[in-house]
Amino acid sequence: MIPFEHYMIVLGILVLSIIMAIIRVIRGPTAPDRVVGIDTINTIVIVAMVLFGAAYQEVIYIDVAIVYALLSYISTLFIAKYLEGGDF
Amino acid sequence: MGWFDILIYVLFGIGVFFNLLAGVGLLRFPDVYTRLHAGTKCTTFGSIFLVGSVILIGLKMWYTGSTDGSVLALHSGFALIAILLTNPTGAHAIARAAHRSGVKPVKAVVDDLEHKAVKKPAKEKSVKKKTEAKK
Repeated sequence: MIPFEHYMIVLGILVLSIIMAIIRVIRGPTAPDRVVGIDTINTIVIVAMVLFGAAYQEVIYIDVAIVYALLSYISTLFIAKYLEGGDF
Repeated sequence: MGWFDILIYVLFGIGVFFNLLAGVGLLRFPDVYTRLHAGTKCTTFGSIFLVGSVILIGLKMWYTGSTDGSVLALHSGFALIAILLTNPTGAHAIARAAHRSGVKPVKAVVDDLEHKAVKKPAKEKSVKKKTEAKK
């Protein structure tokens, strides 16, 4: 089996990537920049949830990741529709 | 450590490298469209390898006798399918919304319909050429 610390190293590097995306969300000049940063954060959080499920050997974390993926997709589509400025 | 663990570590390395590259590209690129290019495709490609390694871990647990392993592999596969279906579609929606809300690319693409006042002399030239062709 893979030891627990190796999962934590992988998750630490993923958190570093999330921090870089958060810097882009704060500094972004336009609104679509911030949306791109939030979309990237969502995808990395899904992967981190799946890795946490493998590290603690709990299947329920991965179910939470599936639901989170679908809800973040809906929110991204809704924000894009709002930025587009049309009628719904 | 057998060859299966080495395969899992290689998949970990590839996935983490591409996810880190997505963060760096999101910071360094100058434009909405190039940032979208970095932030979406790199995370999708890295997620394939990271979730694939979790699927391999589940298969190994299943092979060594744990009943949780098959459920872990199957649900990770469903999460991977959800990521692969939703992530490119969301990126397409963001790109279309950015283009329609008037965000211009930074010195990457020349938009021909943008400066119509500058292109008036070119139009006259084309009219002259047409008249010459008629003569």
